[in-house]
Formats: sequence, structure tokens, C-alpha cells
Amino acid sequence: MGMTMTQKILAAHAGLESVKAGQLIMADLDLVLGNDITSPVAIHEIEKMKVEGVFHKDKIALVMDHFAPNKDIKSAQHCKCVREFACKNEITNYFDVGQMGIEHALLPEQGLTVAGDVIIGADSHTCTYGALGAFSTGVGSTDMAAGMATGQAWFKVPSAIKFVLKNKPAKWVSGKDIILHIIGMIGVDGALYRSMEFVGDGIAYLSMDDRFTIANMAIEAGGKNGIFPVDDLTREYMKEHSKRPFVEYEADEDAEYDEEYVIDLSQLKPTVAFPHLPENTRTIDEVGDVTIDQVVIGSCTNGRMDDLRIAADILRGKKVAKNVRTIVIPATQKIYLQAMEEGLLKDFIEAGAIVSTPTCGPCLGGYMGVLAENERCVSTTNRNFVGRMGHVDSEVYLASPAVAAASAITGKISGPDEL
Amino acid sequence: MKDAHGHVFKYGDNVDTDVIIPARYLNSSDPKELATHCMEDIDPDFVNRVQAGDIIVATKNFGCGSSREHAPISIKASGVSCVIADTFARIFYRNAINIGLPIIECPEAAANISAGDEVTVNFDTGVITNITTNETYQGQAFPEFMQKIIDCEGLVNYINQK
Repeated sequence: MGMTMTQKILAAHAGLESVKAGQLIMADLDLVLGNDITSPVAIHEIEKMKVEGVFHKDKIALVMDHFAPNKDIKSAQHCKCVREFACKNEITNYFDVGQMGIEHALLPEQGLTVAGDVIIGADSHTCTYGALGAFSTGVGSTDMAAGMATGQAWFKVPSAIKFVLKNKPAKWVSGKDIILHIIGMIGVDGALYRSMEFVGDGIAYLSMDDRFTIANMAIEAGGKNGIFPVDDLTREYMKEHSKRPFVEYEADEDAEYDEEYVIDLSQLKPTVAFPHLPENTRTIDEVGDVTIDQVVIGSCTNGRMDDLRIAADILRGKKVAKNVRTIVIPATQKIYLQAMEEGLLKDFIEAGAIVSTPTCGPCLGGYMGVLAENERCVSTTNRNFVGRMGHVDSEVYLASPAVAAASAITGKISGPDEL
Repeated sequence: MKDAHGHVFKYGDNVDTDVIIPARYLNSSDPKELATHCMEDIDPDFVNRVQAGDIIVATKNFGCGSSREHAPISIKASGVSCVIADTFARIFYRNAINIGLPIIECPEAAANISAGDEVTVNFDTGVITNITTNETYQGQAFPEFMQKIIDCEGLVNYINQK
């Protein structure tokens, strides 16, 4: 029986000829990731282990992005703990204020994640690197600690769902709309414990940034990982950003899939997830009249160049609606600089938005845009759970950067065609 | 491994890690402090009512969302002896085992147990007994190594003892 793309990568990292769904394996890791929230817990655990240092100082990435620049004293203590650990263990890829960006935008940009890798990260959106043809998945702090100590992790080999993406996406339909459509279709546990493998001629029309967005939200369908095949665009991206060799894997023709969905991208519409689950999706023509108080454009899902460009194109020369706080967060320093050079920051500021240094901040209700009681936000982030962005009685509507920018101008959830 | 025995707090589908322990409290990693906010955004009264040994029962996809280990840590530090659900989100499942919080999948128990019921869980056999209604349900028993991890209060101690 053939293997899926994910199964092939896992087999190679477990030193096995082949693996099958359900098999328990021990796999070698190419990278272990943690952030300022999850790493302190992992550091506490690794200090309890009877081990000398870490398995490889170049294969660990520690990114201070969630509550950094530090939002309060306790957050500062956490970052200090990680900083001291990184220093003591000579961790090469420690990213603090000044170099840091939102981890899942930063690591591919830094060339630390490439096709064929096995990556674990103590952050659920670690699945993002599947866009490059890597197996990457979120774990907790204890698994991160064990990974840092041993360079290995155990996995149950997942079965997979195949998503065949066909044709060119309709106007204003981005990677965000595609993944929201899929989550709306299969539900927040539709891919529980399983891989989401994306294939089809429609992928050729998706930029790397679109693919990162789609892989990023595999976890919102419960998926273990989301993964794309490697094509010329992927190779070009990796050559531009990384010096590391990469390995391309393809699913066998006789690979078994639990389910298969065919999605005609030309038929999709901009899609919004209503509170309080990413599966509560409606197309833009079904949203009705929903007034808003805040717009957030950023995050590991949608804080990349494509996202900022489309938002700036819509906001340029216009003003955000009165009383709609509009917060734009470039995901990394490099993206921030590029946006500055392209004049996008000027477009945002002249429109009445603010531009923040890279941080996860508002996405998880940390800081830099926390919501009050009964407030509503249209956000390009990835979760709209109860209380996610602040008060337990606030609401988050997930959308693409185009819909978020258009909504900022009208003051209610709107598609760009309504302007 | 010792049986779990306590009264039930009952929840529905997709209890996410943001309601189990809201991110606004993640500037701490102290289990005792996290426990004072456990389940705050879904059941503000939970922390006042929970007693050592109590059991959480929920339906599908319990623990979905973030990878924060703070979620099972806060539940364990609240005194909860077991979480029973139809299914668990995969990161939460790993995290719970890794920190030594017993969890068990059993759709029949999740469907039939009500809030306040007195329940016991035998981890060797996977048998869940509802003392209040005098019903039993067959959950998935833990393999021996997972029982040992939980007995050791987590993966790290288990690795150290090996």
C-alpha cells in the first residue's frame, strides 16, 4: 500500500522503509520551536531532566513574540527566563525584540524550515510550515522539552484527508477564504488526528503567502498537519531564504485517504467565520448588517507581504470609519521594512490605522487591541473562541485582509466590492 | 493506577483552551495560580465549587485550540482526577498524558453522565461507573506505559525513573 506525503516524511525520519496509519514511531527532529509563553514551562521541565544541555544548539528556535515587547512584569520575567536559557545553552536561533517576528512568519523567512523537515513547536500553529512541504505540528511544553533534550519525538502516524483544489480562485478569494471554507465544510474537528494534504491544479494560482495561511489553519479543523506538494514557487522561495538542502516528497499514487474533497476555487466567495468557532462560516453575501468596533490585520495567519499589500490597496486614499480602531501588525521586521519601502505604512497611517511592531498581542487577547464587553472585531487572525481577544462577551469575526480592510472603511463587515 | 472518584462537571462540544485558561493569565506558569482561573470563561463558578477528585465530562473535541500546556496543568491543579470526553483535540491529549492528568475517551459515558453525578473510573479496565444512576460504560483502557507516565506525575519524571 502506498504512503501519503506526510507518511513518507515520517518514515524517512524514523529510519523506516515504510509506515502505515496508526503506527507508533520515534522520529528525528530537524527543528524544535518554542515561544515566550510555552518555553518557560519547557525550560522548567528540561531542568528537571537528567540531561546535559540540549541536543543541538542550531536546531532549536526560541521566539519572543506573544507578549513581547513585554506587556507586563510577569511577561518580562518569562522572556528573561528564556533569554537566560538561550544564552546558557548557546542557542543560535534565539529571537528577541529587534530580531523577532511572529514565529510562523519568521522561521520560513529565516530559512529554518524547508521541504522534507520534521518540525515540532510548542505552538499550535506550527503546522504552518506544511506550506513548504515539511511535516510540522504543534505540541505542548513537555514534548518541546523532550525534543530539546533528545532531538526526537514519538508520533502516531496519521491517516489523511485529500483536498483537491481546482481552478483559479475567484476575485478577492485568498488563502484565508479557502481555508475558512474548508473548516466551515468539515468542522473544527473534521480532520482530528489526521493530515490535511492539499493537491490539485488550483495550487499553482496560490502564492506562498496564501499557502502559509492555509497550512497555518489546519489546526482549526483539528488537523495534525496540513501539507502542500513542492513546486517551482516553493523551490524559489526556499532558495531565496535558506541555505539548507531540502528533500521533496510526493504521495504515492496508491496512497490511501480517509476522505477526498474537490474544491472549485473559482466558485468560492470571500468568507467570514462568525463567533465563536472558526467553523461558523458565512460567505460575504450572507453576513448581513454587523457593525464593528475594531479591525486587526496581522498574525501568523495573515501578517505577510501579500496581506499588507492587499489591505493597503483597499485603504489607500480612504479613511477608516469613525470609532473603528484599525490595527495593522506586520509579522516580521523584514516585512515591516518592506512595507515601509513600498509606502504601505504611509497608506495605513493616512487612512487612520495604526501600525505596530511585530507581536501576537491581540490575537490571543494579550495586549495591543484587547476588546471590551460587547465589542466586535473583524480580524485576520485564526481563532474566534469565547473571550479570545478580550472580554468574555466580546466577539471576533475571522476574515481575509481584503474583507478586514473594507470593513474598517465601512464600519461593518463588508466585502471589497461594496466600497 | 488509582481509580478516579468524584462528582461531575458537565460541558458540551469543543471546549477550547481559551475558555479552560484564558490567555490573559498566561503571563504565569504557576499551577496554583493557573488553577484559580480554570474554566473561567465557560463556568466562572467552577473554581469555587470544584473539590479534589471531581471529574470533568464533555462531548467532542475537548481541549481544541492552542498548544498551551497551561490548560491541562490548570485542570490538574484544580484537583480534577479525570476528564472524560467523546474525543480530545490531539495536542491537549498529548499534553494531558505528558503532565499526568488522566483522560479517557468514552462517547457513551459522555452522552449519559449528567452534571453532579458521582462517578468512578478504573484506569486498568477502562470501566466508568456512574454511582448515581447505577450505570457502567466501557472506556478505552490506558496501555501500561501511559498509566506509568501518569503515576509518575508526567513524562519527565517517567523518563528520569527509567
